[in-house]
Amino acid sequence: MLELKNVSFTAENGEGEKEILKDISLKIEDNFTVITGPNGGGKSTLAKIIAGILTPSSGKILLDGEDITGLSVTDRAKKGISFAFQQPVHFKGIRVYDLLSLASGKNLSLNDACDYLSQVGLCARDYIDREVNSSLSGGELKRIEIATVLARSTKVSVFDEPEAGIDLWSFGNLIKVFEKMHGSCGGSIIIISHQERILNIADSVVVIDSGRIKTVGSKQEVLPKLFGTVEKGCRASVCSGKETE
Amino acid sequence: MNNTELELLKIIADMNATPDGAYNIRANGKLADRQVTENVNIKTKTDNPGIDIIIKPNTKNETVHIPVIISETGLTDLVYNDFYIGENSDVTIVAGCGIHNCGENESRHDGIHTFYVGKNAKVKYIEKHYGEGDGNGSNVMNPTTIVNIEDGGYMEMETAQIKGIDSTKRVTKARLADNASIVIHEKIMTHGTQHAETDFTVDLDGENSGANVISRSVAKGNSFQKFLSKINGNNVCNGHTECDAIIMDGGKVTAIPELTANNIDASLIHEAAIGKIAGDQLIKLMTLGLTEKEAEEQIINGFLK
Repeated sequence: MLELKNVSFTAENGEGEKEILKDISLKIEDNFTVITGPNGGGKSTLAKIIAGILTPSSGKILLDGEDITGLSVTDRAKKGISFAFQQPVHFKGIRVYDLLSLASGKNLSLNDACDYLSQVGLCARDYIDREVNSSLSGGELKRIEIATVLARSTKVSVFDEPEAGIDLWSFGNLIKVFEKMHGSCGGSIIIISHQERILNIADSVVVIDSGRIKTVGSKQEVLPKLFGTVEKGCRASVCSGKETE
Repeated sequence: MNNTELELLKIIADMNATPDGAYNIRANGKLADRQVTENVNIKTKTDNPGIDIIIKPNTKNETVHIPVIISETGLTDLVYNDFYIGENSDVTIVAGCGIHNCGENESRHDGIHTFYVGKNAKVKYIEKHYGEGDGNGSNVMNPTTIVNIEDGGYMEMETAQIKGIDSTKRVTKARLADNASIVIHEKIMTHGTQHAETDFTVDLDGENSGANVISRSVAKGNSFQKFLSKINGNNVCNGHTECDAIIMDGGKVTAIPELTANNIDASLIHEAAIGKIAGDQLIKLMTLGLTEKEAEEQIINGFLK
């Protein structure tokens, strides 16, 4: 379980200091949690604080009861935290296979590497030897990014807006990947997202607005409030499926 | 040959044993071993130090190894090697120079290689430069490569300076006839106070000739690199040159492109990018559990692969 205790984060900008996160306390169980909320509300900052890329100005982060606030990105990764970037990073000369091998922490067999790529809907043989550079499309890079997190198979996986840059055609496949992860993964999956279809497969939903937690609860509790009353704000994707049980 | 020399051969020419095919090994300024084949003749020059490598027309799939090693400190070795690649042949030439300098004096190898690539011939030329040693003597290499490619000929040149060369000035000049093309991949890593200068000039004289010159380099420590790349488009032709450099510590890199179009149908492009390793590249690899140093190594190894 991941726990944030009174986490605040202040960033410097040209006009002085700005408080991005304000006293966030949150327990994230071993389930599928979606963090949502308006743009600029602090969601991505929170994801980076969990991964250790940003250090909170105050507060603590606990992983299974252990204080990891002072740990580096590397040490947190070793403790079992994975992070998928919103904007995947390009590497000249590093192949998709190399990146997946580094992610898995061992020399992956070609079959295993291909399996991770197949899981994110990429035809493995076409990609395994490609360089992770701008010759790949945004959607392809995004899926490879997700495959690196699958290859790590850690107890906490954080995805920062996995849907950003993915076309409508690929989006259905992406949802399937998360549904599958949800079914098979014993740990916490944390997704920063605006997408209703991702919210629909969440166990719990956290709404962050203006740096504060606005709402936390099960999908059934939070979504109707998020989209207004069910009657007023009913959207096909929210009203269909499990919500109507 | 002693173990140091055998190790140098392995590094610069991937030679673990006597290779199949023709070869000429030069050690400490003298011929150490040679083998010729039916299609590949190697002759010692009579006017200058060096060799002539003569490949018969229509020779296919043969590889020629011509490594040079220096293990004596204070030795200056100058060679002129001329390559005659016969028409319609398709061959690979593996050159390379390794210096092991444990002494206090400068060890130096200056190789002047001239290629005559015949009509419709294809040649792949691989050249590695490497230096090592525990002494204070510097390792110097100044390779010059002159390339003449006849109609429809093709040359691919892979040149790498792996490490340990204190000073180098690498000059490559190519002149291409109709439908001829050349692809050059250069990889250089410098460290300490090393100095590396590269100077490419390609004259695209022939109709539909083409050149692609790609350099990737890493400058660490307080090393300095200068990359000059000139392409002269003198006919209907395509030319592309690219310099991509990573600087670390106090490393410095200068990239100077010079494109000249002397024909209305010449199409020439230059790209250059110099910068340190991007922070997000390091962070991405650190989120996979690598330390910052391990991440840096992976990025550089990939970049120079």
